[in-house]
Amino acid sequence: MLEAPRGAPATSDIDPFSDAYLGDPYPFHQQLRDAGPVVWLAQWQVFAVARAAPVKAVLGDWETFCSGAGVGLANFKVETPWRTPSLLLETDPPDHTRNRAVIGRALSPASLRGLKSSFESAAEELVAALPDGADFDAVPLLAEAFPLKVFADAVGVPAEGRRHLLAYGNMVFNAMGPRNERFERAMAHAAQVVPWIERACQRDVLTPSGLGAQIYAAADEGAVSAREAALIVRSFLSAGVDTTAAGIANALYCFARNPDQWARVRADPALARAAFEEVLRFESPFQAFFRTTTREVELEGTVLPAEAKVLVLIGAANRDPRQWEDPDRFDVKRKTLGHVGFGFGIHGCVGQMIARMEVEAVLAALARRFERIALAGPPTALIHNTLRSFVRLPLRLGS
Amino acid sequence: MRIIFLYCDGREQSIDAPAGATLMQAAVAAGVEGILAECGGSAMCATCHVYLDAPFAHLVPPVNAVEHEMLESTASERRPTSRLSCQVTLTPELDGLRVALPHTQV
Repeated sequence: MLEAPRGAPATSDIDPFSDAYLGDPYPFHQQLRDAGPVVWLAQWQVFAVARAAPVKAVLGDWETFCSGAGVGLANFKVETPWRTPSLLLETDPPDHTRNRAVIGRALSPASLRGLKSSFESAAEELVAALPDGADFDAVPLLAEAFPLKVFADAVGVPAEGRRHLLAYGNMVFNAMGPRNERFERAMAHAAQVVPWIERACQRDVLTPSGLGAQIYAAADEGAVSAREAALIVRSFLSAGVDTTAAGIANALYCFARNPDQWARVRADPALARAAFEEVLRFESPFQAFFRTTTREVELEGTVLPAEAKVLVLIGAANRDPRQWEDPDRFDVKRKTLGHVGFGFGIHGCVGQMIARMEVEAVLAALARRFERIALAGPPTALIHNTLRSFVRLPLRLGS
Repeated sequence: MRIIFLYCDGREQSIDAPAGATLMQAAVAAGVEGILAECGGSAMCATCHVYLDAPFAHLVPPVNAVEHEMLESTASERRPTSRLSCQVTLTPELDGLRVALPHTQV
């Protein structure tokens, strides 16, 4: 093992990109939390934070823990990113503030009110088509189908080829880990996927009233350039589909494993929205990302040098017993304020309100029709550098 | 430090808040009603809207572009003293701050 840098109280040989870790991260999370507030991961030569307090300290201090050098393992200052960096995810203020205001307006509560009823009727329709009492795979039929329909409609992308959105999200988020086999597999279809995505970001392809068109309208007002508008639209397409699909699949998994909690939502479908917060805490779809230090900084007694990569384990913070009572219990009535499933601070998920609206619509529609959600076979976990979800989730629903 | 919240029905609630926290965090921790803060402090949901008492308004940094867009989305009317409480960090000069709550956040 390599020498720990100065001021690092703990080192670990845990590999957060191994199959064993990604298949069941929770025992590893506990080891990393217990090792100390800041842990040096010798294999990857990065720091990691797994406890809730240092995770929030890092996310709250964007000046010291920046995003502009990339939010994956690669440092964009010394390594060439695989695509043009995001104007949101991988950009720091002041540019970030300006870009975020543009996309924030499109995704604001006032803007989203107009979409609510169409999301609800789409959820009703999709749930009505699910089999009652027969086995089916909930990943394609529900978790992926819903955002591919409503989110892509809301942004205004063409109906044909939408599966590329799943493939593109898979590329973007696997690229935040090392250049391993997972990354290579995700990139295997890049030659078909990337041109489709780039085309879908263009103004003439987007529907005239969608969220994508609103970004171009902001460009007309001079808020951003047309080239920047295309990149901001790309953020919708990168981050808005497979993440939400993972959120829906994880919700179904949580309820299949905890029928008593489904009974509570079934008894009061208004609980659906709060229940999704607990899903985000308990099975965070987005598990981790990186920040890069801009200066030497002390974090809970550990001195981190400038230009250090810091792995921010939000999935581990969401189960930190230092913050949460009985963190490994799934409880839809828990007070979940303070979970970091959508991140926190200036880079907190800009699409979180539309994601909430989507998942709430699906869970409420399910609660109105089905009394029981049960696993119909062993689920197959998604092994992914960043996301936690399922590639196959066999379910049986009962009315 | 003390922060006083004024409810629409005339009630007042005085809380003890730590400097360095955001106004939203202090309010939620003290159980102030009517601050939902669904997004947890990322200026994304406009459900922690408050009105700062005018004499204190100049003691906090101005509204940035992101907060401005969200303030356009609030469920209760936006006024010149409107802020998202998640974007106001408590500093010692704000000791004694009075904060009015809006009628509704959603």
